[in-house]
Amino acid sequence: MKKIIANQEACMGCGLCEVYCTTAHSKSKDIVKAYNSERPKPIARIRREVNKPVSFAIQCRHCEDAPCVTSCLSGAMQKDQKTGEVTHNKDKCIGCWTCVMVCPYGALIMDKEGHVVTKCDLCQGLAEPACVANCPNQALVFKEVKA
Amino acid sequence: MVKYVIVGASAAGIAAVEAIRKVDQAGDIVVITEEACAHYSRPMISDLVSGKADVQKMKCKNDDFWKTNNAEARIGKKAISLNLTEKTVNLDDGEKVAYEKLLLATGGKPFVPKMEGQEKDGVFTFTNLSDAQRLAAKIDSIHAKSAVVIGAGLIGISVTEALVKKGLKVTVVELQEKILSLLLDAKASDIVEAIIRQAGVNFATGQSVQKILGRTENDGAVGGVILTKGDQVPCDLVIVAIGVIPRTELVVGTAVKLNRGIVVDNFMQTTVPDVYASGDVAETFDFILNQNRLLPLWPLAVLEGRVAGSNMAGAKVIYEGGTNMSSLKYFGIPLVSIGMANPKEDPTLEILVKQDLQNNVYKKVVLKNNVIVGMTLVNCIDRAGILFNLMKTHVNVKKYKQDLLRDDFGLAVLPVTLQRKMSVVQ
Repeated sequence: MKKIIANQEACMGCGLCEVYCTTAHSKSKDIVKAYNSERPKPIARIRREVNKPVSFAIQCRHCEDAPCVTSCLSGAMQKDQKTGEVTHNKDKCIGCWTCVMVCPYGALIMDKEGHVVTKCDLCQGLAEPACVANCPNQALVFKEVKA
Repeated sequence: MVKYVIVGASAAGIAAVEAIRKVDQAGDIVVITEEACAHYSRPMISDLVSGKADVQKMKCKNDDFWKTNNAEARIGKKAISLNLTEKTVNLDDGEKVAYEKLLLATGGKPFVPKMEGQEKDGVFTFTNLSDAQRLAAKIDSIHAKSAVVIGAGLIGISVTEALVKKGLKVTVVELQEKILSLLLDAKASDIVEAIIRQAGVNFATGQSVQKILGRTENDGAVGGVILTKGDQVPCDLVIVAIGVIPRTELVVGTAVKLNRGIVVDNFMQTTVPDVYASGDVAETFDFILNQNRLLPLWPLAVLEGRVAGSNMAGAKVIYEGGTNMSSLKYFGIPLVSIGMANPKEDPTLEILVKQDLQNNVYKKVVLKNNVIVGMTLVNCIDRAGILFNLMKTHVNVKKYKQDLLRDDFGLAVLPVTLQRKMSVVQ
């Protein structure tokens, strides 16, 4: 499947990936509204990590054998057998945080207002995930990798 | 003869069906369950009581699960005995189901100590869907205003939150001095207890219920309890939520070795060939304590059932093990506690703590020889899984242990070799 891969050497830690992820997952899709006025506040599903001089961005790895899927108490987290994507159904999620406890990448984000988790959906419907498309230094690439 | 027979259709039984089908698409599977619904999430029963979820939402698999996996669910049938020589499971309706491979995934049942008055109307256990449905119906039918919950563990706290959401005044009675004592140390327990008290819940710790009282107008219905220290607490309902014990009735007196739970090896096989056990009924491997023990937790039951199913179908899969691990969401305070989070005094252990009590934040990591063996995160659980993964894979964290409790702790703190191994960076 196609996955988002981080190139640590190229990452400047600018955080634009978080900004565009937030915007892409907002209702308005407008960067200013997304940050200033939209409620509930849209949440970035990617996390920029900086431990100077190291920086990179991380989001759901869509694991082949995903701990979040096997440990999900409600069936909200599923592995799509066709696309390989790890999908999350907000309506089924009960915010038990079991997936937060077991994800080795810390890639499941708590939506504290909504009492559910949220995660990377690879920007379904866009040609390329927003974080990849808007990375100024090609530190994020969307490419075919072995599952 | 049926190739695969599974007794129990909860976490372990369902996971076993999926695992069998990954290896063997053709062999027939029969799953026997005494419950009316065969694929719901037991940890969600408190959501049913609070009204947050209905039965449909509680289903952890689609309704076509059995069809898709070409497995037959015998719903509402109870397995009453085994004949390990003839290899049959005997059902309550007289049918004998012959098996080639058998999985015992019978789960746990509530532990109910003897108490005077426990037969009264209004006393509930809280383990499965029908318990929750009966409790929810009772709250409505008697317009219950108050309840006593016996047990301040996971189940007790979950049902307490549900009752509070329904507007009941709840008193929690706990034999230990601290609540959630199997998960939290005294400090973390105090933080959580204070928050739950703010929601109007009373706690009576260090004691139990000695007698359940009737009502003046109807002695057959719950009217209150008398605690061991003598206090009387009036209430409309009593919920016994002390814990679960393995449902081992089927194997008592058979050649299947039984300790507190069914004894299994790392393939989830019991001491009898072709008979496997998984989930709350089995004693499974704890990778922190390095021994088999009862670990009645949903996510572990799934992993165990999966290993059992794979091996029943002829693959060779070893169970990696689990440990005592829970995440809680109740009363708005997220917390995670894993492994030896509250160890006894031990000079070989190193304990790191960081706290911000004003914000109810408490973080603790327990190290042994620079390997994480326990952790607790209260009200600050973001990225807990990164720490858990270090624990599970026994990584030596000596070089960055001072960073483990940093607020911005993350993958960037880990050595590049580990980042590469995890494919975080190229």
